[in-house]
Amino acid sequence: MKPAATLPARPRRLGSVEVLAAILLLALLSRGELAGLLDQPEVRTWLTMFVSIVLQAVPFLVLGVLLSAAITVFVPAGFFARALPGHPALAVPAAAAAGVVLPGCECGSVPVAGALVRRGVTPAAALAFLLSAPAINPVVLIATAVAFPAEPLMVLARGVASLVVAVLMGWLWLRLGRTEWIKLPRRPELTGLARWPAFWASARHDLLPAGGFLVLGGALAATLNVLVPARWTQAVADQPVLSVLALGVLAVLLSMCSEADAFVAASLTQFSLTARLAFLVVGPMVDLKLFAMQTGTFGRSFAIRFAPATFVVAVLVAAGTGALVWGWP
Amino acid sequence: MAVNRTAQSLILVLLGVAVLRIGVTDQYLRYVKEGLRPFLLAAGLLLLVTAVATWRHREHEHEHGHGHRVAWLLALPALVLLVLAPPPLGSGAVNQAGTAIDGRSAADFPALPDGDPVPVTMLDYAARAVFDQGGSLHGRRVRLTGFLATGPAGEPLLVRMMLTCCASDARPVKIGLRGRVPALPPDTWLEVTGTRLPETATDEVNGQTIPFLHIESARQVPAPPNAYE
Repeated sequence: MKPAATLPARPRRLGSVEVLAAILLLALLSRGELAGLLDQPEVRTWLTMFVSIVLQAVPFLVLGVLLSAAITVFVPAGFFARALPGHPALAVPAAAAAGVVLPGCECGSVPVAGALVRRGVTPAAALAFLLSAPAINPVVLIATAVAFPAEPLMVLARGVASLVVAVLMGWLWLRLGRTEWIKLPRRPELTGLARWPAFWASARHDLLPAGGFLVLGGALAATLNVLVPARWTQAVADQPVLSVLALGVLAVLLSMCSEADAFVAASLTQFSLTARLAFLVVGPMVDLKLFAMQTGTFGRSFAIRFAPATFVVAVLVAAGTGALVWGWP
Repeated sequence: MAVNRTAQSLILVLLGVAVLRIGVTDQYLRYVKEGLRPFLLAAGLLLLVTAVATWRHREHEHEHGHGHRVAWLLALPALVLLVLAPPPLGSGAVNQAGTAIDGRSAADFPALPDGDPVPVTMLDYAARAVFDQGGSLHGRRVRLTGFLATGPAGEPLLVRMMLTCCASDARPVKIGLRGRVPALPPDTWLEVTGTRLPETATDEVNGQTIPFLHIESARQVPAPPNAYE
């Protein structure tokens, strides 16, 4: 390591370290006033939900970021191009099916999909992987089976519908998607670096924006958890079309981890199985937390197109699958 | 404001320390399931390693433009955890969600173990009281542990939250109270002994059935290390 004296002299202005130190000091000094926030039941509930969402996601985020750094640094450039079918239209279903191997929730799959794009995987295939991985991996499917003991077809319906949505979205991207919509965050020059410095630099460059946006999404989701009472959805429970849409929207707003959403879906007993399937198909693919993270990893112009399109396709496929499996009401 | 390399390392250290601190104490149980602990500890350590690596290699890379502004946000959950450490979900979250009850058939309700009163979980009591029509509860005194809360109309409830992954998916198990209900504020933890009542109510949030318990005796207890069931 170089001695500190060779570092470039910093301009004499308020740097981010000083600001951070000031925030810390302020937080510690006003500890008593801040603790008063906990007397408000809504604020208390919000704070607990907010840190819970972030904590639940952090291990998956760290895992996803390290995996993505490993892909970026240690996997040879042409590997994925050789492993996937050469034709993009075939690479999409192959990548979607490969989602089975990433056991975790959606927070981990965003940085991994970003790394796949950097590593030369066609965006359509990487996006199919991004959508399918959190929905069809064994952990999530087993959780679904446990949550719906009386309805074994739910596992099958969820797996198939999620896979179909992932493949359709991949193909849709092939037809309509534009490369310039995807703006991966600027990277430092990794090429000149030794492997391990490059690994950590890559991990940090994924972790900071994805983590920051995760916090933003977690704050939004906690707010909606506190403000939107579950009874609002009750009003539409017996309307076949509206209820499917309502649970799709609820999945977006609640931003639940894909390993937990089946238990919540199982408790929404006043809704049809098809509506609950929509909740399970939409949740891992489009939600507030995920939208924020996609904005951080792929850029805003990507996220504002991709998330709504995915929502529409997911609701339609879930409704169709539900009608096939359980019949149209 | 952009976040320079040293500040980035510090934010990662802050988050890593916060995650490790709640992981080594029982505090993590306020927010997530027990099974997540090893993953939290590993993630906390990896955050610290990333922070150290970021700091060590800070002069190797030539950053273009500014750092990640949004990274500031990562300090927020760290500060909330380190400074405030919010409590587990309590009575304030009870009327937000419908009561949790898992539909089982009578065959799933084996006889309760011996003992008088017999300790049962809130969820088990609720399911037996509603679906088993009290068959296995007939003539038995049970002991339940939960916290006091009030329903929408001010009626007293004994509640325990159930977690699947984290507190954002928490679902309350609600039990209506009759008999000698202690006049204590919400969020007081109680160990109650009592018997099943045939009376039920309907939860207006999700239309599920809320069973009742006739309290014979209740005793205030400290909050358990794991507030959730």
